[in-house]
Amino acid sequence: MSRIGVFICHCGENISRTVDVERVAAQVGTLPGVAFSTDYKYMCSDPGQGLLKKAIQEQRLSHVVVAACSPRMHEKTFRKAVESAGLNPFLCEMANIREHCSWVHEDREEATRKAIEIVGMMVERVKKNRVLPTITVPVTKRSLVIGGGIAGIQAALDIADCGHEVVLVEREPSIGGHMAQLSETFPTLDCSQCIMTPKMVDVANHPKIKLYTYAEIEHVEGYIGNFQVTVRKKARSVDEDKCTGCGVCMTKCPQKKIPNTFDRNLGMRPAIYVPFPQAVPNTPVIDRENCTKFKTGKCGVCQKVCGPGAVDYEQEDQLIVEPVGAIVVATGFDLYSIEEKPKGSPIKGYGEFGHGKIPDVIDGMTFERLASASGPTGGKILRPSDGREPKQIVFIQCVGSRAREKGISYCSKICCMYTAKHTMLYHHKVHDGQAYVFFMDARTPGKSYDEFWRRSIEEEEAVYIRGMVSRLYQKGDKIVVMGSDIAVGVQVEIEADMVVLATAVQPQKGADTLAQKLGISYDKYHFYSEAHAKLRPVECATAGIYLAGACQGPKDIPDTVSQASAAAAKVMTLFAKDKLEREPIVAKVREAGCVGCFYCQKVCPYGAVEEKEIRDRQGNLVKVVAYVNPGVCGGCGTCQATCPSKSVELDGYTDEQIVAMIEAL
Amino acid sequence: MTGRNETVHTEGQKHAFEPKIIAFVCTWCTYAGADLAGTSRMQYPANVRVLKFPCTGRIDPVFILKAFQQGADGVLVSGCHPGDCHYIAGNFHARRRFAAFRKLLEFVGIDLGRLQFSWVSAAEGGKWVEMVTDLTERVRHMGPMQEFKELALEEQWSGVIDTPELKEVYNSI
Repeated sequence: MSRIGVFICHCGENISRTVDVERVAAQVGTLPGVAFSTDYKYMCSDPGQGLLKKAIQEQRLSHVVVAACSPRMHEKTFRKAVESAGLNPFLCEMANIREHCSWVHEDREEATRKAIEIVGMMVERVKKNRVLPTITVPVTKRSLVIGGGIAGIQAALDIADCGHEVVLVEREPSIGGHMAQLSETFPTLDCSQCIMTPKMVDVANHPKIKLYTYAEIEHVEGYIGNFQVTVRKKARSVDEDKCTGCGVCMTKCPQKKIPNTFDRNLGMRPAIYVPFPQAVPNTPVIDRENCTKFKTGKCGVCQKVCGPGAVDYEQEDQLIVEPVGAIVVATGFDLYSIEEKPKGSPIKGYGEFGHGKIPDVIDGMTFERLASASGPTGGKILRPSDGREPKQIVFIQCVGSRAREKGISYCSKICCMYTAKHTMLYHHKVHDGQAYVFFMDARTPGKSYDEFWRRSIEEEEAVYIRGMVSRLYQKGDKIVVMGSDIAVGVQVEIEADMVVLATAVQPQKGADTLAQKLGISYDKYHFYSEAHAKLRPVECATAGIYLAGACQGPKDIPDTVSQASAAAAKVMTLFAKDKLEREPIVAKVREAGCVGCFYCQKVCPYGAVEEKEIRDRQGNLVKVVAYVNPGVCGGCGTCQATCPSKSVELDGYTDEQIVAMIEAL
Repeated sequence: MTGRNETVHTEGQKHAFEPKIIAFVCTWCTYAGADLAGTSRMQYPANVRVLKFPCTGRIDPVFILKAFQQGADGVLVSGCHPGDCHYIAGNFHARRRFAAFRKLLEFVGIDLGRLQFSWVSAAEGGKWVEMVTDLTERVRHMGPMQEFKELALEEQWSGVIDTPELKEVYNSI
């Protein structure tokens, strides 16, 4: 028989003004199972809690109901008090007689009656409450960071600086990401490489960072604190331990006509290459698709010239399993490309802008490479078609972005600012040139951003035309850009030498496949979804996985770095304890009843339901049942309401408890 | 605020029939919305009893039947707005489940006026008050819900087999 203690709070006068608390205490005291009931002015105060603890011990109470404010306010307080008196905290429930009763009713008689009923309901419920042990999950204090752009680098450095090992996985042969490709950065115009490369070197030299470049995530298993990640280290064909990075192989490689993707195909590179001179690691990789040795079997020059004998044509992909406790996803973005429209993509493309057909129509990233001092032109703005300096240049904004009819309705966020920057860079390099910008709106929220944009117009003489371009076509060596200036209501026609399209920011290719491997959700554009748009912006709904940078949505560098540091802080919070403690409000499967239909698995938003084989003593398979991983379960209980055989139960919200409440009415 | 009090509920007015309303709500949105109604000191009829669930996804339709059977004259189910679920998608599962369940109730002849599904966010204290008031008013006009109570009585009759005499007989067979 339970010995329930009921404690009715006056909450000063907040409750006792409309509810006759003494009558409630007296009435509830007569309920079967209630051993003790009392009322007190402030239950949550120190003496109030003291009263509660004393009563538990003196009256040998088995369960506790505190009738006071909302459990959202003080459930934790009272459960803690109950725990310190030696009872399991989950044997304490709160009856909400303030927010749901005394504050919303004026009639004392009605309110008192309602309060008695509410407390009665909770008394019946608490009788069915079970002892729930706090769930503890061990934590592997190592972290995986996917993506070696500025987001991944920042997150990796922050975590590693706190003394925890980081495994950084980058798909390309070098870390650096898009930031390494940029020339200067807004709004300060400092050189991107100058601020980026030291960080890259820090990563390479950090004793706590294990760097895998030219590698991808093959497979992810496990849950928060206990992930097993399989990394595919692609065959580089160069032994990283032997290579000294002297670069002789690259200069001697006879195959030199491969478009350099780092330079947006403007320059050429050999078949054995590093993406750019400051690459980290400075170990070349053989592009097997274009290497003569791999295509025909003849050549082998690089192997012959390599002093340390690092070139290894026999190297194979390696699969490495890394145990980690947390994962930071920082896979970044890609620019929407009009020319290569992936099959099945919902994006319709801009045939009318001639991208991919007219050589002097380029995108923003290509312009960055042209403007970069280490780029294919040495920092000179030259036309890809004939190498001439463009005297009239047109920038078109919102290409792809904010165009619902084309398939993307979001704003890419960075283009207004980088186009303003481009007009400045152009003006600094081509003094007698004129830049025009077609724009819909200038969106410049950010520290010193609007000033920067105004500067491009007021000091750097860029002409901003509000309106969209309807068509552009090649006429001789000029590109005729036709559009409208909706501010004045006239048609505009500009004969340009070069056109730069501010194409939309999109998630990296394969973002969806990676999300499926990780078990995280993404939106219709394949940007990864955060757990809560406002209050949990760096966490995934899947516990233990965090987001940093543009993989979650278009972001500029300051925002990306902030989010990366935030993600690192979240990882550190997780690593601060040796064991994870979590509320034991999780689902459990009653294996005897489970028929293995796995409806629960289908509805589980956390992927917490696994398959478990039941075998007899001889080892024969009896049946396959569902198993809920308590480390992953979020505690929503959707599985329980879905289960046709009622074989899964959410602790703390069992059918028994709920039916007891309904029956108490 | 006083304007609302006058229109939605006239305190002290006695009615011939006071219905029992049970509300099944999720803890993150609607429970918090009802809390907000309290902290904002809005007034509504004292007929509703709130049962807290982690998520509307946890609410088994059987609970609704059970509530009617136990003497509820009206049932309210409310959770987070679509897309706002704390557990990602529990409210979508609930919505599907209840769409089918409503049809079933209609088929067996339950007046759907007694059952209200809704979304009330943590910021919608006012909406909570309006909804509870409207449902109470509506059910008040409809009168007591008899059908399921009769079923409950039948169940009590069948419960007679629990008497010691009968048990003895059963055991001897």
